[in-house]
Amino acid sequence: MHRILEKQQLADEVFLLRVEAPLIARERKAGQFVMVQADTRFGERIPLTIADANPSEGSITLIFQTVGKTTHHLATLNVGDAIPAILGPLGRPTHIETFGTAVAVGGGIGIAPLHPIIQALKAAGNRLIVILGARTRNLLILEDQMARLADELIVCTDDGSYGRKALVTEPLREVCTRVPAPDFCVAIGPPIMMKACAETTRPFRIPTVVSLNTIMVDGTGMCGGCRVTVGGKTRFVCVDGPEFDGHQVDFDNMMLRLRAYKEQEDAAHHQCHLELELARLERKPSA
Amino acid sequence: MSHPSPESLRREAAAQLAALRNRTLTPKDRLTIPPQPMPSREPTERIHDVQEVALGYSPEQARLEALRCLQCKNAPCINGCPVRINIPAFLKAIAEERDAEAIAIIRQTSLLPAVCGRVCPQEIQCQERCTVGKALKDVRKAVSIGRLERFVADVERESGRFQPPPTKPETGRRVAVIGSGPAGITVAADVRREGHTVTLFEALHKPGGVLVYGIPEFRLPKAIVELEIETLRAMGVDIRPNFLVGRTRRLEALLHDDGYDAAFIGAGAGLPRFLDIEGENLVGVFSANEYLTRANLMRAYNREQADTPIYPGRNVIVVGGGNVAMDAARMALRLGAKEVHLVYRRTEAEMPARIEEIEHAKEEGVQFHVLHAPRRVIGNAAGRVTGLECIRCRLGEPDDSGRPRPVEIPGSEYILEAETLIVAIGNEPNPLLPQTTTGLKADRRGRLLVDPVTNQTSLPRVYAGGDVVLGSATVILAMGQGRQAAAAINAFLAELPPRKA
Repeated sequence: MHRILEKQQLADEVFLLRVEAPLIARERKAGQFVMVQADTRFGERIPLTIADANPSEGSITLIFQTVGKTTHHLATLNVGDAIPAILGPLGRPTHIETFGTAVAVGGGIGIAPLHPIIQALKAAGNRLIVILGARTRNLLILEDQMARLADELIVCTDDGSYGRKALVTEPLREVCTRVPAPDFCVAIGPPIMMKACAETTRPFRIPTVVSLNTIMVDGTGMCGGCRVTVGGKTRFVCVDGPEFDGHQVDFDNMMLRLRAYKEQEDAAHHQCHLELELARLERKPSA
Repeated sequence: MSHPSPESLRREAAAQLAALRNRTLTPKDRLTIPPQPMPSREPTERIHDVQEVALGYSPEQARLEALRCLQCKNAPCINGCPVRINIPAFLKAIAEERDAEAIAIIRQTSLLPAVCGRVCPQEIQCQERCTVGKALKDVRKAVSIGRLERFVADVERESGRFQPPPTKPETGRRVAVIGSGPAGITVAADVRREGHTVTLFEALHKPGGVLVYGIPEFRLPKAIVELEIETLRAMGVDIRPNFLVGRTRRLEALLHDDGYDAAFIGAGAGLPRFLDIEGENLVGVFSANEYLTRANLMRAYNREQADTPIYPGRNVIVVGGGNVAMDAARMALRLGAKEVHLVYRRTEAEMPARIEEIEHAKEEGVQFHVLHAPRRVIGNAAGRVTGLECIRCRLGEPDDSGRPRPVEIPGSEYILEAETLIVAIGNEPNPLLPQTTTGLKADRRGRLLVDPVTNQTSLPRVYAGGDVVLGSATVILAMGQGRQAAAAINAFLAELPPRKA
């Protein structure tokens, strides 16, 4: 059992939970993830990013968007409640070195997995340009934490409600044209954003790492549901990734695969939303 | 195809038993006793749920079947059993209605009789060597040793008489067992019996390994596996689910920092092999591992309660000819597929699956396409599977495996339409432990290298067994290796000075 030590709502559909997980906190490195189960009898297993960890406290921080049954259930939990099953840390850690100048792009919920990578890049002595993007102002997360780590921070929103009115690829292209150009790029966010970022840096030949979040059942290499095509070869996101060379990833195939259970997910999502709303309404009178 | 009802099988057996009562049976008499069929649920009924298909012998059928054993002096069946169960002795006990004694004989060498009685490939082990089968010139007419093993194991379990084996006084020595499948369960029990402290690490949320995620309920009820796990708990084994050795903690850290004196790796062969053909990453292509894990471990067959979805498919193709392929094909029927096609490159004779599974699959309506090989997966604009291009084959010269090589017949390509394609062509061990453990050696296919007698790996204090050593093999072989490794671990620990827990 993993007791919840802290809960925050970071944006409309984005929540932060700091939970007890001493073994994972001790072993985890930037770029790794966990598999979470809200109910071990009938619950699904879902991959979530480790956004931060505190080994001395024995805790890890999970940040997630409410998109399915488990994330909606997690959002109804409070401090003192417990999550029954968390497996990890999983996946290969990010390859960190002193590249020189690194540009890090985070879109939407992708800012969460970017956070530990930026911490590690900073600790390795890189100069950091951080570009954050969100659909709209109140979906933007972790701006303060990023501002503390970044040497330069560029924020944009799709609707212009905050920062620049632009997609992240616009400032990314500008950064790529600077002299000297950045030595390294990491981009994490929705698949379409990562694809666009990879296409943006490709002509500049800037090595670009993306972190993929695909459908998984076990998260340990057993099911192959997470497989993607990278450089013409089939790779498993859970054990070969989650990070890959963005210039080699077949994003189109990955996006199709992500929609495999769309119908079932849409039905479940609607139901979950109603349940989350209900839980909120039920809490209100006593609050 | 319709089955005689369990009740009519029981009545018939009872009448025959009565006719044999008080007679001294000659070998010739024994050979004339008809082989007892396994009472099974009707195919038309059973494909609508996941409950067990084979219902098990009635006591009358069991006695009659056991009387077929000739009690051969040289007992060839024992040599066919990977763990050398004293088969004639336990069959004699069943024939004489001494069921408790029969199960005690089995338990001297086997730890999982209710499991092995159900899933062992008896027709290539004990029953292949059976003199009765040889005399009647048909391995299917051999004494049904497996069904009788299952019978006494079920009688014991249902009576509630089974007691966890006693454990010796605590030695204070600690053993880490990695993986809670058949090999791990065996080692945990055998090492714990000697009084050593055992921690059983399992990566998934439910212990049991392939018995839980792989083999479906309709072939192996999960209550049987749960009882084995409960037995380990009652013996004092500490079970740690959601713990992936190699990631949650490295093997070296367990041995050097956490105070474990020895470790056993029984991590299985969980990495699915794919076909490496065009279109394999289209939506609707699954490894059998994924399909069965969703259905079994995540209980997707229970649409009302389970959160994990299963991909809908009216037409399903399964590629492969082993037990896993049969399991996947039959599970697909139970999950609502209207047509299930099994595509296999060789003929039925070369299929690695148990005869009973092949028969059950056919009875349930799985359509077999033997001597057909997959060429490429075909999809639509949405990236979803619409069919599989196959090519017809003929059998050629034997290959490395000793089986005739399938040779493609040029120009015989055709397309089999389906929305779901399940690939069941085998698994390899997960490379995580060799990757994260310095000096742990594996072969080209990821199988850990071990000493054939002690099952020790390339590292001191580290042993391994089961599919992680053998590749995809069987429950009984995993158990046999587990017993061998446990004996070596116990011998190694006995040499160390005792320590208080």
